Amino acid sequence: MKVKISTGEKVFRVFNYIILTIIALVCLYPMWYVAVASISDSSQLMSHSGVLLKPLGFSLNAYAKVFANPMILKGYGNTLFVLIIGVLMDLVMTSLGAYFLSRKNVMFKKAIMMLIMFTMFFGGGMIPFYLTLKDMHLLNTRWGLIIPFLVSTYNMIILRTSFESIPVSLTEAAQIDGAGHMTVLFQIVLPLSKAILAVMVLYYGVGIWNAWFWASTILRNRELYPLQVILREILISNDLQAMGGGDAEAIAMNIKYATIMVATVPILFVYPFLQKYFAAGVMVGAVKE
Amino acid sequence: MQGNSFSVRVKKDFRRNWSLYVLVLPVLIFYIIFHYKPMYGAIIAFKDFIPAKGIMGSEWVGMYNFERFFKSAYFVRLMRNTLLLSIYNIIFGFPAPIILALLLNEVKNKKFKSITQTITYLPHFISLVVACGMIKDFCLSTGIFNDIIALFGGERSALLQNPAYYRTIYTASSIWQEVGWGSIIYLSALSGVDSQLYEAASIDGAGKWKQLLHVTLPSIMPTIIIMLILRMGSLMSMGYEKTILLYNPSTYETSDIISSYVYRVGLQEQDWSYSTAIGLFNSVINCFLLVVTNKISKKFTETSLW
Repeated sequence: MKVKISTGEKVFRVFNYIILTIIALVCLYPMWYVAVASISDSSQLMSHSGVLLKPLGFSLNAYAKVFANPMILKGYGNTLFVLIIGVLMDLVMTSLGAYFLSRKNVMFKKAIMMLIMFTMFFGGGMIPFYLTLKDMHLLNTRWGLIIPFLVSTYNMIILRTSFESIPVSLTEAAQIDGAGHMTVLFQIVLPLSKAILAVMVLYYGVGIWNAWFWASTILRNRELYPLQVILREILISNDLQAMGGGDAEAIAMNIKYATIMVATVPILFVYPFLQKYFAAGVMVGAVKE
Repeated sequence: MQGNSFSVRVKKDFRRNWSLYVLVLPVLIFYIIFHYKPMYGAIIAFKDFIPAKGIMGSEWVGMYNFERFFKSAYFVRLMRNTLLLSIYNIIFGFPAPIILALLLNEVKNKKFKSITQTITYLPHFISLVVACGMIKDFCLSTGIFNDIIALFGGERSALLQNPAYYRTIYTASSIWQEVGWGSIIYLSALSGVDSQLYEAASIDGAGKWKQLLHVTLPSIMPTIIIMLILRMGSLMSMGYEKTILLYNPSTYETSDIISSYVYRVGLQEQDWSYSTAIGLFNSVINCFLLVVTNKISKKFTETSLW
């Protein structure tokens, strides 16, 4: 049976498509603008005013400047280092905690859970945290970007929920065969949790990729700056020296846009492939316990 | 007898689970050092902290730092700015993803739906630094927004230098960045709604609007409420990162919030005890708000976080 569609509903559908198209364009246009402006001729771009739909002239000078800027490449390198080491260490630590919290018949589990949960609601604040980093000799080192952020409580609770859903019979069978907790965790639980581990990699990875505040606070050595701190100098502080110095001023706008592209396109390029994991993570996080 | 059996139970537990406790030890050490040590360090809010003297050695000043904050000329401004920015973000930012999800849910064309979704998620993947860099450029007096204003005969001005526009720019850009991403959770809730409910409603003569009010919204209400509790609980905990990237002295009047002030006083002016006191005051309020909103929600809707 075909359901009759009323006129009102038809009008609604058409409007719906129009509104959604407008929303999508608004979301997309800023990126489009940046992309188009980055390859435009700098003098034409300066004198242009109004909505930009296609490149004005064509010039890759800005990109040449960006790639010639040693700080950008160094920033990428530093970010990659922290990303790879950091995500690995985050995963190990989060798994250890989540595994412990997912076990049954452990006397102090509840107390430890409360100890951990409490930190989601209350913290010492910025300065005491900074002083802690100082006490631990984590200022001005790359480790200061990794070790203080090893475990995100939120991620650990997501992982615990997932570990709890693994049938007890599997882990018990291994333990009867004499396997210790280490073996159970690394050879049974983790291999069964690949999908959620992918989500963890993404969550921690994105966090590290985006992080700039503590890096800009604790690092004094410019050689250690991750990409986002360099980007901040170029995009927010308008630091011409950071842009590559010299004649940067003339094409400062182009350089900014090209920098944004260089810093964002790699992410946007992989993102459609990662999207389903991200979405999956949002779902898991939303599961109420 | 009682105490004895407790120690027996502890011993038994340790014999059985010692390797489990060894496993969790690094995690516990992490929490103690990077969460509980700073909480202990927050004592400096009640002291005149001098690094050379250490936390214990510094002079106890009681509530002096708190009083200083409450009496300071900035107190009212910071409270107002933090609350207003938060409220703006809730009033405009909270319904936006719900509306987007509802609109997307009505789309029958799968391809159009997935393309629209993908595009609206896109801004979420731009890092905050880059997003703020873009906002700053677009708001310049020669930027795209001014180009559009000029097109309609308006006057060009540096938008981010004007305190009157700051909250609008902050809120609108947050919606731009998060609306698509935020809609995922509602879309998943919507996909779980039983289609028979819609059929029954339409047989009863309910049009689109009635279906929305009586079927769709009630079905996703638990999700909406959970998200709202989270938002209300964080009413006073506006993060400092975006503010630090976007504000400047000419907009402090509307842009400076508690957390950005904590940053300025603490890390830039090195007034550590004062900064810690303000942060602590803010933390206590946040904690209180979260507990209260959760209680309210528990009472009226049976939905709660814990």
